[in-house]
Amino acid sequence: MATKELNVSLDAEGFLTDPNQWTPEIAEAMAEEEGIAPLTERHWKVINWVREEAARTGEFPSLRAISKRSGVDTKELYELFPKGPARKIARCAGYPKPKGCI
Amino acid sequence: MSGERKLAIICSKGSLDMAYPGLILANAARMMGIEADLFFTFWGMDIITKDKVDHLKVTPVGNPAMHMPQFVGGLPGMTDMATAMMKRELEKLDIPPVREFLQMVHDAGCGIYACKMAAEMMHLKREDLVDEVDDIIGAMEFLEKAEGAQLLFI
Repeated sequence: MATKELNVSLDAEGFLTDPNQWTPEIAEAMAEEEGIAPLTERHWKVINWVREEAARTGEFPSLRAISKRSGVDTKELYELFPKGPARKIARCAGYPKPKGCI
Repeated sequence: MSGERKLAIICSKGSLDMAYPGLILANAARMMGIEADLFFTFWGMDIITKDKVDHLKVTPVGNPAMHMPQFVGGLPGMTDMATAMMKRELEKLDIPPVREFLQMVHDAGCGIYACKMAAEMMHLKREDLVDEVDDIIGAMEFLEKAEGAQLLFI
């Protein structure tokens, strides 16, 4: 299913504008569009950790924080979410485009 | 996202404050799916030299952005103080120490190259450089690698 058919609000680049609208189906649809579907247990480990962390701190975590604390290291992050992990993780986790430098 | 885009960064300075711009940009490029290579030369070699990388400094002397009289910046201990302050602020921003940063950008797929001429000039061998260094290459080889890339000299 394409993200446009999910009846949620997306910004011009396809990021979810409100993380509260997120569902696991949205993650699968985003993954499809990013060319990384189907999501594996390792993808979900990242997505779930990111969502918990973002809910806890109110901020989308940096890629460095994800690689240090989610249990998935930098190399694997780039394998799971190739060509732009920051963007792909944020889209799948239902967050706007990350603005951080790291 | 931007399939063909490519970035090549020459790091020629070895102070702590000049180590970060290249690392941050290379890492940002990789986070966006842009290819990136770092080429270290001249004083930039300190950044990838095993016994120097953890001791890079930011010096107040000759740096007008420190907003202090030059003679104050030259007082004993001022360089260490400025260095400690900068490291503290970077850590607050979740920016890793240089050694960890090199490992991070390398794991992210960024190429790390040392300049052959600078290595010879400073009598540095492969084993003197951090493990992340992919190769020691000459200027021509670097230019070959950088073909089609946006080039940045720091």
